[in-house]
Amino acid sequence: MTLTNLESIPGQSIVEHYGLVQGSTIRAKHVGRDLMAGLKNIVGGELKGYTELMREARQQATDRMVEQAGELGANAIINVRFTTTSVSQGAAEMLAYGTAVRCQ
Amino acid sequence: MEPQPGDLAQGLEMFMSILFFSIPFLVLLFAYFTGKIAEKRHYATIHERERHWLSIPATTGKHLPNFTTVASADLVVGSVVVSVDHFKRFLSTFRMVFGGEMKSYSSIIDRGRREAILRMKESCPDADLFLNCRLETSSISKGKGKVVGCAEVLAYATAVRFQRPVE
Repeated sequence: MTLTNLESIPGQSIVEHYGLVQGSTIRAKHVGRDLMAGLKNIVGGELKGYTELMREARQQATDRMVEQAGELGANAIINVRFTTTSVSQGAAEMLAYGTAVRCQ
Repeated sequence: MEPQPGDLAQGLEMFMSILFFSIPFLVLLFAYFTGKIAEKRHYATIHERERHWLSIPATTGKHLPNFTTVASADLVVGSVVVSVDHFKRFLSTFRMVFGGEMKSYSSIIDRGRREAILRMKESCPDADLFLNCRLETSSISKGKGKVVGCAEVLAYATAVRFQRPVE
């Protein structure tokens, strides 16, 4: 599966459109990580635990989107976008969406 | 004069109360120095890595140079979660009164954004060009009361490798 955030795939041509595909996940941070982040927060800077958490969540959202595109028979997703929203205090939604296409 | 047992207790109590009231200031002082050192170090690595990656630009443009043929194109992502230190947060409460630019906060987000772009580039070291680079900042938690306030910075783009002429 080729992913790109361009409107076309460089070097290939699109033969069929399958429409919008999306994948999302909502993740909460757990207490242990929160405690460590609380300590780290005195100093400021990067919170590595959270970065890792967000990366895992984004990967899962992307995997779900790819799975959905695979079911449609697509072999590429173009115009991929990511958004993050904090749903409630301590939980974030990760959304990945794009257009499933077949390319040659 | 004989020292009374009450004096000792009183002295101890005073010492404890001084300690108790100075803890917030000590934490602030600690946060100020460690935060400052961490920021300096981080900027040093950012500058060095940016110089290293200068030859492989990330652009917001969507079009390729005409003379090239593409070997492969892939989505690449880089992200970082950052938070401000206690000292900067303490300063920001004053800033809220007078208004104006919050320099202490902008430097944190600036560090995060440049770090995210560098991580994105580092995830695909053999690329020739990064097309359609997008940046996104979202606050994960606002940090009310004792909750950690932090923001995520995300950078993503399409990494393109050009076809090399066969020798």
